[in-house]
Amino acid sequence: MTVVVAIGTRKGLWLARSEDRVSWQVDGPHHAMQEVYAVAFDSRAGLRLMAGVSSPHFGPGVSISDDLGATWEESSTPPIAFPVEEAALERVWQLQPAPAAQPGVVWAGTQPSALFKSSDGGRSFEFVEGLWNHPHRPEWEAGFGGQAVHTIVPDPVDPDRLLVAMSTGGVYRTADGGKSWEARNKGIKAYFFPDPWPEFGQCVHKVAQHPAAPSRFYAQNHHGVYRSDDGGDSWQSIADGLPTDFGFAMVVHPHDPDTIFTFPIEADGRRFPPEGKCRVYRSRDAGATWQALGEGLPDDFWTAVMRDAMCTDDAEVPGVYFGSRSGEVYASPDEGETWHRVAAHLPDVMSVRAVVVPT
Amino acid sequence: MKVTVLIPGVLRAATDGAAHLDVEVPDPATLGAALDVLADTYPQLDRRLRDERAGLRRYVNFYVNGEECRRLAGPATPLPSGAEIQILPSVAGG
Repeated sequence: MTVVVAIGTRKGLWLARSEDRVSWQVDGPHHAMQEVYAVAFDSRAGLRLMAGVSSPHFGPGVSISDDLGATWEESSTPPIAFPVEEAALERVWQLQPAPAAQPGVVWAGTQPSALFKSSDGGRSFEFVEGLWNHPHRPEWEAGFGGQAVHTIVPDPVDPDRLLVAMSTGGVYRTADGGKSWEARNKGIKAYFFPDPWPEFGQCVHKVAQHPAAPSRFYAQNHHGVYRSDDGGDSWQSIADGLPTDFGFAMVVHPHDPDTIFTFPIEADGRRFPPEGKCRVYRSRDAGATWQALGEGLPDDFWTAVMRDAMCTDDAEVPGVYFGSRSGEVYASPDEGETWHRVAAHLPDVMSVRAVVVPT
Repeated sequence: MKVTVLIPGVLRAATDGAAHLDVEVPDPATLGAALDVLADTYPQLDRRLRDERAGLRRYVNFYVNGEECRRLAGPATPLPSGAEIQILPSVAGG
């Protein structure tokens, strides 16, 4: 089995390859000096690697490789462009292939907060006007990283249903293919407002779902870890067994809807792991209890893991992966029990995705 | 009228390697009009110089006969016949 991990950083993309998920060969940088906030593997037809790239000088775009990074293709015209007067694309934060039943469909979340849809596998994208025209939009504020749609969760069955999350703004859901959207933040606290329970305005950092449990979502919030069992209509805290409720990442096990992974960070005002110890936390019971996983992970780890810098692969015994602001990447070949370093001394890691290469 | 555009090395992949391009600009000739003409032939270059609103990218500088266009009239900067437009990435990043 060959696994490839795509590591998007603030200064380019690296690709790590392993046969045993213990020892790794790393090559890069691809797209040197370009931010790679979004990276995705699309294994619905062949294996396509997509990267949301952005040059501080020359602007953002989407780059595609159908040969695992040997060659890259970028369209001559901007693949993602705002058709409205008041906005221009600043950064692509998320590239999300749709389920297998919708071949060619890829969703993109952007800064400023907007959603785009591709029907040609990520070569070109159409603006989703319904979200942009939402009456809440003037009140979506920028967080520290900018104001962006950073999370897209397509329903595993119904192509008209989609959930997005943005910072700030929170969770929004459509049931009509993106024409109309409803805020879905009931129960998610926004402690930074005078009224901490608003309809919208939350700073939801990441939302994850398992295809076998389409009504259940997990959310890592800007303080707060939540689960929804009713499709996002309401959210309940699952933070009790964690050392802190702050963090960015939230990942679901590929074969078990009850197993989730997160990387707790001490607090908004102290963005380090608790006691500086690098630990992934795993719950096997949908957030009721949590277990710290640290075998092979360092102490004195004074850095953080960003919202898209954690993932799993889809092997029978799935691997778990994460990268840090300090440019380190770790892999676990056994669902988080033990960890091995994939790479070190890279630029800030912003996005990590892994795939088992089809044979 | 004809103007000349100097392309920095880092962008020459988008101009088939050309270091300078002669551009025929219709009157009234402005920097923006010259970039519009360039965009027709070199769309890959254009998307690196301007966003989808035709706004000049913040960290790309456009010198018109030696003067940075933002100290003039930006994209509306008039071009005299034979003007030289030098494109240079600005100092940015870390």
